[in-house]
Amino acid sequence: MTDLHLTTDRATQVEMAAIDAAIDACGLDAVVVNEGERLVRGGIHRANERRHGLLPALHALHNVSGWISHGGVNYIAERLGVPPAEGFGVASFYEMFRMEDPGHINDVVHVCVDAACQIAGADGVIVNLQAQGSTVHRSPCLGQCERAPATFTQGNQGRPDFVEADAVAVEGRIIPQQGQPQLRLLRRMGETNPESLDDYVAYGGFKALAEAFRLGAEGVLAELETAALKGRGGAAFPTAVKWRGVLGAGGDQKWVVVNADESEPGTFKDRHIMELDPFAIVEAATIAGFVTGARKGFIYIRGEYPLATRRLQNAIDSARAAGFLGERIAGSSLGFELEIRRGAGAYICGEETALFESLEGFRGEPRQKPPFPTTHGLFKQPTVINNPETLINALQILEHGGAAYSQIGTSGSTGTRLFCLSGHVQVPGLYEAPHGVTLGEIIELAGGAVGNLRTVLLGGAAGSFVGVDMLDLPLTFEDSRARGASLGSGVVKLFNDTTNFPAVVARIAEFFRNESCGQCVPCRIGVVRQHELVIKSAGRSMNGEREILHDIDLAMKDASICGLGHTAATAVLSAIDLGLIGA
Amino acid sequence: MVGLATVFGAGGGTSSYKEIEETDIILLWGSNAREAHPIYFHHLMQGLQNGARMYAVDPRRTSSSKFADLWLGLELGSDVALANTVANYIITNDLHNKDFIAHSTTGFDAFVESVREYTLERGEELTGVPAAAIAEMARAYATAETAQILWTLGITEHHNAVDNVLSLCNLALLTGHIGKWGSGLVPLRGQNNVQGGGDMGALPNKLPGFQDVSDPDHRAKFEAVYGRPIPPDEGLHLTLMFEAMERGEIIAAYVIGENPADSEADIAHARKLLRGLELLVVQDIFLTRTAELADVVLPASVGWAECDGTVTSSERRVQRVRAAVTPPGQAHHDQDILRDLAHRMGYPEWGDPTPEDLWEELRHLSPMHAGMTYQRLEDESGLQWPCPDIDHPGSPFLHGWLWEDDLGGRAGAPFSAVVAQGPKEELTVEFPLRLTTGRALDSFNTGVQSGAMNSPIRYGNALDMNPVDVARLNLADGETVRVSSPRGSVTMPIRVQPDIPVGLTFTTYHFPELVDINLLTNDAWDKRSGTAEFKAASIRVEKLVSA
Amino acid sequence: MTVLEPRSTETLVSLTIDGRPVTVAAGQTVLDACSAAGVDTPTLCYAENLTPVNACRVCVVEHEGSRTLIPSCSRKAEEGMEIKTNSERVRHSRKMVLEFLGSGVDMSQATQLHSWMEEYGADPSRYGPDAERINEPVKIQDDLYIRDYDKCVLCYKCVEACGDDAQLTFAIAVSGRGFGARISTEYDVTLPDSACVYCGNCVGVCPTGAIQFKTEFDLRQAEQWKPEEQTITQTICSYCGVGCNLEMHVQDNTIVKVTSPSDHSVTHGHLCIKGRFGWTYVQPTINRK
Repeated sequence: MTDLHLTTDRATQVEMAAIDAAIDACGLDAVVVNEGERLVRGGIHRANERRHGLLPALHALHNVSGWISHGGVNYIAERLGVPPAEGFGVASFYEMFRMEDPGHINDVVHVCVDAACQIAGADGVIVNLQAQGSTVHRSPCLGQCERAPATFTQGNQGRPDFVEADAVAVEGRIIPQQGQPQLRLLRRMGETNPESLDDYVAYGGFKALAEAFRLGAEGVLAELETAALKGRGGAAFPTAVKWRGVLGAGGDQKWVVVNADESEPGTFKDRHIMELDPFAIVEAATIAGFVTGARKGFIYIRGEYPLATRRLQNAIDSARAAGFLGERIAGSSLGFELEIRRGAGAYICGEETALFESLEGFRGEPRQKPPFPTTHGLFKQPTVINNPETLINALQILEHGGAAYSQIGTSGSTGTRLFCLSGHVQVPGLYEAPHGVTLGEIIELAGGAVGNLRTVLLGGAAGSFVGVDMLDLPLTFEDSRARGASLGSGVVKLFNDTTNFPAVVARIAEFFRNESCGQCVPCRIGVVRQHELVIKSAGRSMNGEREILHDIDLAMKDASICGLGHTAATAVLSAIDLGLIGA
Repeated sequence: MVGLATVFGAGGGTSSYKEIEETDIILLWGSNAREAHPIYFHHLMQGLQNGARMYAVDPRRTSSSKFADLWLGLELGSDVALANTVANYIITNDLHNKDFIAHSTTGFDAFVESVREYTLERGEELTGVPAAAIAEMARAYATAETAQILWTLGITEHHNAVDNVLSLCNLALLTGHIGKWGSGLVPLRGQNNVQGGGDMGALPNKLPGFQDVSDPDHRAKFEAVYGRPIPPDEGLHLTLMFEAMERGEIIAAYVIGENPADSEADIAHARKLLRGLELLVVQDIFLTRTAELADVVLPASVGWAECDGTVTSSERRVQRVRAAVTPPGQAHHDQDILRDLAHRMGYPEWGDPTPEDLWEELRHLSPMHAGMTYQRLEDESGLQWPCPDIDHPGSPFLHGWLWEDDLGGRAGAPFSAVVAQGPKEELTVEFPLRLTTGRALDSFNTGVQSGAMNSPIRYGNALDMNPVDVARLNLADGETVRVSSPRGSVTMPIRVQPDIPVGLTFTTYHFPELVDINLLTNDAWDKRSGTAEFKAASIRVEKLVSA
Repeated sequence: MTVLEPRSTETLVSLTIDGRPVTVAAGQTVLDACSAAGVDTPTLCYAENLTPVNACRVCVVEHEGSRTLIPSCSRKAEEGMEIKTNSERVRHSRKMVLEFLGSGVDMSQATQLHSWMEEYGADPSRYGPDAERINEPVKIQDDLYIRDYDKCVLCYKCVEACGDDAQLTFAIAVSGRGFGARISTEYDVTLPDSACVYCGNCVGVCPTGAIQFKTEFDLRQAEQWKPEEQTITQTICSYCGVGCNLEMHVQDNTIVKVTSPSDHSVTHGHLCIKGRFGWTYVQPTINRK
């Protein structure tokens, strides 16, 4: 790690400046410091402490060069003490990083080809863009299903990344339910200027933090327990248990991590929160730090979310300027800092331990659990990790009390829930409803299906297809589990009977094939064999494939390291069961 | 070995490899273990990964130094000055272990006096290392729970080698970093049986097991087994042998497995002396340069791959070597050649002992080996001496007696007042650059063994120079130059190496057939250890006149 | 009841393996407990001298109360665990892992896997002839070793030996993602151009012949590789004073490769270039007069 060997490739001045700026922004000086002709500070420990600067440095390099150049990797190696083979191995893990010189300096337009965009004509978009001479990259879900087909443009030569639709989405309502009085989580969306701290404070912002200070850590935990808040990422783990675990864990250094790597196909709720109510995340993360004893937090955000990144950064900067971050927050003795880190295109990094690895500067490969993040999280230290939706529920609980919160929804699934409606639906978008609302009701809220509804993909690519017989399903953790489905990340994606299901299901299988990290054998090879079998049997009834697919599913469920493998066959098998394919 | 034996009574590294994995502070002093002792360095890196902090003291920023938290690039040969400055800082800042010093050492007051002049300012002046860095290292070492000092030839290949070692021993005595798990003084040995050679009595003043040849009781024990009187006088070490050759007192030499015609410092002189002998017998596996000078060459087998026996490692671990292949042609095992020689010289009672028979004899004469049977060496993956009886598990570390109430019946360990002296050879206008030598990862000593391997990473022989010196002399990377010392000159290519300080040059000694580097090195040697100053010569580098 | 050498002062942990009570020292793994119970567990990415990465999943066992199977190599034994090693679920996952590997990777030299494949009834052919395979050409870039990634099961052992677990050289790493993940130098530069220092510790840990000594490769190519005729002799390296244990593999009085015992306290199975390859001069055919 320290007696580095570099090839002769050298970075350009522009690359060096960009890399330096990114690493400086992480607060990291050079790994090797010449303190005199006969005195050099360096070594393993300094290299280890700087490894987390790798991903930001790679982003900076890619942004100015349009690829991860050899010289750039060598320069990063010298700055951070990351061996070039490791730097290469990490960079090549991510979808957003090109590892070969493209031979041009164009921006790259990522076009989503996952289900909502697939049925909304993504292929046509690609053909048109290519005809115009654009450089196109077929991308997995970009988290913009409500405005399918979606694109995201990755800047080159220092130009910023952007989403074309962000620039035009200013007219009319920002969200379908905007301004409705029953809204809780979404109440500020469209009503406040997301770049204004004053607006946020005027609209009830930082009241929860004040309440947290008044209650103390134990008081906050008691409210969370009364509220029975469960995580909204898919695992439905009680938030109070998680926070209490971190509070009780030993060690001086603890961390808050906001898992904003929203990548589950069909999901765009966290993007909305970050774009439209970013201060809420800052406030909630600060409360998590206050309760658990963590003094530093990272927000790990999807690389394909430029607007959310900008608004969150603005929120952090404004909050710090106003004394809501930094030392002695809001006049208290609490010190807390937040820093944003961008992902680089890897679904797996939404898995919490893979996210830690990625943030630390390694390949985003999940860890075997136990040990759990509460004791061995970021940098193997106690870490509370939540997604934005879960976090902003904590604000509700503190503002209104845990008891009041627990009255919303059902006893097993308290509070309201965000649902991402897309596909063949009249008014796609983000909706909030109390747990217990039925699948049919939430679809009606969005104006009903377009055409003759055939199936709903519930919970995302890791969820399952359900038939119209499930429209009466109350959307709760317990009811969905009882009927063999999952709410997942709140995805409600509709498909009518005109859908080319073999193509949709094949794409889901391809998604998992592309997104498996490759670490464990069952998933690395299982998703390939699954995809091959789905393609092979397309448009005809299944023969022996069905049995093999079940065998694959069982092995991936039982023997994979993480949730990606555990759920990689769920949607495919549900499609077979429903007769969408292979019938 | 002399330095450690002087202070502690035993000339062996004090600590097990495992201990470096669990220590808190490491001073790597004059050792490029990353290349010269790569597997020891694995243990060291494990220690770093477990949280240990390392300070590397070396004139060059070696590949090992790059793993250190701080590299202190002292002036070549200023080791005693640095150690004394560290000692003075520890004392003046009241960081010394007073209980340990009072109980386990002697000569502290005189030692305090001897280092009084080595203030930080003076230390910086003498070593070139900033005072703050010396203080940082001193404080880290003194305040650590456990700490080790490791060294290799950077300490011992100097004219004042023993002083260098003594000055490091002083630091351990000052802080109590000796005689307990995780702390210690570790000289890393350069060959697989440097330690074992000493253990077996291949020292001018010792019988096997470090028993003094001057002690009549020790001699009597050996005489009883050998059936011959043993001369009570000390013998000569290698450097004294060459001096005796010069005086005509030694006229014949029997050289076994050594290549002094390539490896001695000031090699031209050494070759002349070897040529002048009346009889030179060389027993070796190759026709080395020394063998080329010999009257009789006895082809031998490869000790570690074609013979049975034992060797002793840097952690005092005695391990078995075994014959994996049969030797070619006329080559014979060393012990068989010696046996045949003994028979022909009229000693039939020598018999025909097996390696194990010889080991059994040793085991009964050397108390520290008494518990090591071949079977135990086999079953327990080697044993660390001392291992005095058959039930003894071997000794992971030495000198635990320092912490015993009665010091195990011994006197305390003595501090040594040591005066800093620079290299014997001063820099002059004529020879303004320092030359030091060392090992490369994929090569070994004079290259007779490692040279056969087709290493993809061998860069050959080059003189490493700082870019500033290269520019000053108007040279280019890879250019062939003339390198001269007061003793001779060679031509060789240079290699630009930013990690080497201005004014210092470095090369390996692995390719004598390409560059006779020991034509340049200084044979000024330490009177006590007999080691020559390979590590510091004065040289001049010149552009070749273009042809 | 079997006790696996618990070190004196350590606490003990009791669990059951297939119903048999076993006691191991705290900190030992479920795999250790299986061994203590006399249960043979297939492993591939596990090695006693490397940190378990639990990537291959062939050692999975069923743990009462866990939703999924658990990797025995990395999971620490816990008090009261009830472990099943031969249940239908365990046998199924082990079979599938071996079957998956057989369907994508050249396992011809991974002889130990062959018997396990038979035992678990793995049938790689059922994915058909079109199932995607690794398909990598052999890399021969120097005289010391070759890399044949068509045989690579991505067990991470070579990366660990080159990196954190021994050498800290980091000449190779895992690159790419998913089925496209490969062991690679930076940008796939040749080994001599990389940070490689030719310690051969990657070769020492490779379970499938994907990284191989050139001597072995050449003999295999010539169909002269005869492991059954080889002797293995343990001795000590002569190149420095560390005292590394060498295992000399000899065929026809010729050294064909050198390894080191992974359970030895000096080397933990790892060597440097001199110990691994510095034996050339011993060969009678070379340089000895």
